[in-house]
Amino acid sequence: MTLTETAPPSTETNKRLQQDIACEHCDLPVPKHCLEEAADFQFCCGGCRVAYEMIHGCGLEDYYRLRSQSAHDRQRASGVESQYTAYDTDSFRAKYATTTLVGLDAIELRLEGVHCAACVWLVEKLPHILPGVIESKLALASSRVNIVWDQATINLSHIAATLDKLGYAPHPARDKQGQQSRDAAERKRLVNLGIAGALAGNNMLIALALYAGVFDGIEDRFAQLFRWLSMGIGWASLAWPGSIFFRGAFASLRMRAANLDLPISIALGVGALAGTANVILRRGDIYFDSLSVLVFLLLVGRFIQTRQQRWAEDAIGLMICMTPATCHVVRDSTVVEEPIESLELGDEVETRPGDLFPADGTILSGQSTVDQSLLTGESLPQPVHEGDKVYSGAQNLDATLRISVTAVGEATRVGKLIQLVEQALHTKPPIVQLADRVAGWFVVIVVLLSVANFTAWSAISGIAPAIDTTVAMLIVACPCALGLATPLTMAVAIGHASKQGILIKSADVLERLGSIRQRYEQGRLILDKTGTLTVGKPRLVEWHGDSMVQPYVAAVEAGSRHPIATALRESLQSSQDHQPLVGRCIERHGYGVTAECDLGTIRVGSPNWMRSTGIESPESLSQAIVRSEREGLTAIGVAINDRLVAAASLADHVFEDAIESVQTLRSMGWSCEIASGDMSGTVQSVARHLDLQSASAHGQVTPEEKLELIRQAKRETDDTNLAIVMVGDGVNDAAALAAADVGIAVHGGAEAALTAADIYTSHPGVSSIVKIMEVAQRAMSTMRRNLIISLAYNTVAVGMAAAGLIAPLVAAILMPISSAAVLGSSIQGQIGRPRSTIQDRKQAD
Amino acid sequence: MSIIFIMAPAALLIAAIAAGAFTWAANTGQFDDVDTPPHRMLFEDRPLEEDER
Repeated sequence: MTLTETAPPSTETNKRLQQDIACEHCDLPVPKHCLEEAADFQFCCGGCRVAYEMIHGCGLEDYYRLRSQSAHDRQRASGVESQYTAYDTDSFRAKYATTTLVGLDAIELRLEGVHCAACVWLVEKLPHILPGVIESKLALASSRVNIVWDQATINLSHIAATLDKLGYAPHPARDKQGQQSRDAAERKRLVNLGIAGALAGNNMLIALALYAGVFDGIEDRFAQLFRWLSMGIGWASLAWPGSIFFRGAFASLRMRAANLDLPISIALGVGALAGTANVILRRGDIYFDSLSVLVFLLLVGRFIQTRQQRWAEDAIGLMICMTPATCHVVRDSTVVEEPIESLELGDEVETRPGDLFPADGTILSGQSTVDQSLLTGESLPQPVHEGDKVYSGAQNLDATLRISVTAVGEATRVGKLIQLVEQALHTKPPIVQLADRVAGWFVVIVVLLSVANFTAWSAISGIAPAIDTTVAMLIVACPCALGLATPLTMAVAIGHASKQGILIKSADVLERLGSIRQRYEQGRLILDKTGTLTVGKPRLVEWHGDSMVQPYVAAVEAGSRHPIATALRESLQSSQDHQPLVGRCIERHGYGVTAECDLGTIRVGSPNWMRSTGIESPESLSQAIVRSEREGLTAIGVAINDRLVAAASLADHVFEDAIESVQTLRSMGWSCEIASGDMSGTVQSVARHLDLQSASAHGQVTPEEKLELIRQAKRETDDTNLAIVMVGDGVNDAAALAAADVGIAVHGGAEAALTAADIYTSHPGVSSIVKIMEVAQRAMSTMRRNLIISLAYNTVAVGMAAAGLIAPLVAAILMPISSAAVLGSSIQGQIGRPRSTIQDRKQAD
Repeated sequence: MSIIFIMAPAALLIAAIAAGAFTWAANTGQFDDVDTPPHRMLFEDRPLEEDER
């Protein structure tokens, strides 16, 4: 008898649940087993209950009134039991805290779970909740809170625990260095922008006077005053905020690679020199107002783009802060909580169930199972006992272990992988953007045209009009439209993507991804299996044999944390009317569970264990087990009184929309491959499920092999300029992510993966990859549209200049119009009707 | 209208002072966070309880 797969909750199921009771604190539906008939208020979990009671206990019910968003996703109530005792240690305080002018202590913490104004209100009410906290100021965008407290009255650990209970788990700001330099750079940009704006505005006012003079006449002495002032402001504009363009142009000439700064600098430079000559010689037109405005507009575009990128970097920085900073060390026979940095070789560390190992080590006592998936991609846990090696970054699952530290920090396996990542990042070549390539051609064409114009005019009318018209041509033929459009398009695309949970670190990756289709070539997309294509949790797919024992199996597996036990429990528990009583369950790690029940001795475990303990099995079940294993499924046998009565097959469930998403990606021009640390059999079966060739599905790949795979792919495609994109989530993917042209880190990633990747998505599954590609394609098509608008404007402008029709007033009107057109096109590009998502299409059926 | 010879430079001087103030504000970090103050502005203070007066 075969069971159909239990599908993960779809949007339809979620809609039905919404008619159920909502949690009083977070508004998410309350699961049935948490409902308490007699209680006034219902909560979905302990975290929500504690937060609600705290908020009401301090008289802060206004929080619920102020709140503008409810939770979309259930968030793990991380560390509700955490004591944060490490926060009180001297080493922690020395590292992260500072002292204020009056001798109080201050610290900057990053908080999880900050969403809206109500969170700001609640966190800033901390002085009311805790006496001893003097000040608490939260910055919404970066989730950074600055807390000033009096050490004599209250401990930092108490403050941290309170924040956690309210729902905002705190972490020390580990990325402070990077943050400070980014802050400084942003301030410099803002100052430049402000100065440029002030200069541009004043120059335009002065220019107004001169424009009026064109129509009604202006006394020479006033004209002189305004021209000299205009020139002064214009030079200030170029020398101070505008200097960035000249530096970029020099860099471009030095590297013999054109970028957009080159034509901009030509326009600015020629305009400034000609204008200066005209002011001194008291003749001709001056264009300093247009030049100042040009500088300002271009800086605005770049500022907006960098701001968006900054937001993505901040969000990733927060995730890096969230990786564990403390561990439990045994000092003088007592267990204390200390920062990870204080670990040394030979220290004894206690790792509890659910904790990550803080360093490489050997097990001194205890036996448990460990989850190495972040390191190797292997989704099944490994049993370990005394004397076995464990690695930093792996997770301890079952029981407390004591380990002796053998390597810390950079010497651990993880540390070495991170070094590979950094090497790969350094050797990554920057991508030449579309705008820069256009700039190269642009300069050549404009120079040729202006030479032609000059010769023609001097032949017809003489030198003076030739100079005037050529200068006018060089100024108005500036690609300011493109110079503004590129950063704006990217800013809008990045902002739009971050609303969908996709964080893009820099604009050029969008270009790399979005250009594939245009060239009718195939880029290579290499996917990790666990967490990207498959859910990462085994699920029951087949049941052979007697189904009467199912409730017994569920009961037997009730106490185990092993993923297989959870899978069996969840699939089989739904069909119970009564829970059969089972005696004490004895679990042997890596083999199975034994228990007594009213049917006899029941054993649930791996077929190898069954065979080795001499359990006899009927032919049909043996064959079923063999078949399952060949297909890459995990087989679990159920035996009663030494006879096999049933067999279950478990598979790591492929994401519901994975097949469609892979199809869409292929139609977009990507050839998809799988590279995973998991067993070959499983990887092959997933590949078949997704309709991929088995040659492109690699299993049992180590992190070093993944890196080599990427390197080889790049060597093969060096001449055809294809993009190699790597998608992964664990530390085992990090080096490959850094080496690929574009690295995408998926939901649940390790810190190393986040640092190495160019894009991070917070939703699991391949559908986010599809969204990324769509965003990239839309951005590129908007860029191309902007290019056309820019070319159209330039043709008109150059034509008018050649005909001698350009005057300062005309230029001042023409250039902003082109900028506005390009602006409108950029914004419309992303806000226009989006392509229907896979879910929309499903609901329509 | 010859007053313009004094007015124009004076206006530019005032603009320079304003730009200087802006630069000072930006360099002391006053523009680092522009998303939270708009929310903070709308928070109401609770009326003081008897024991807090």
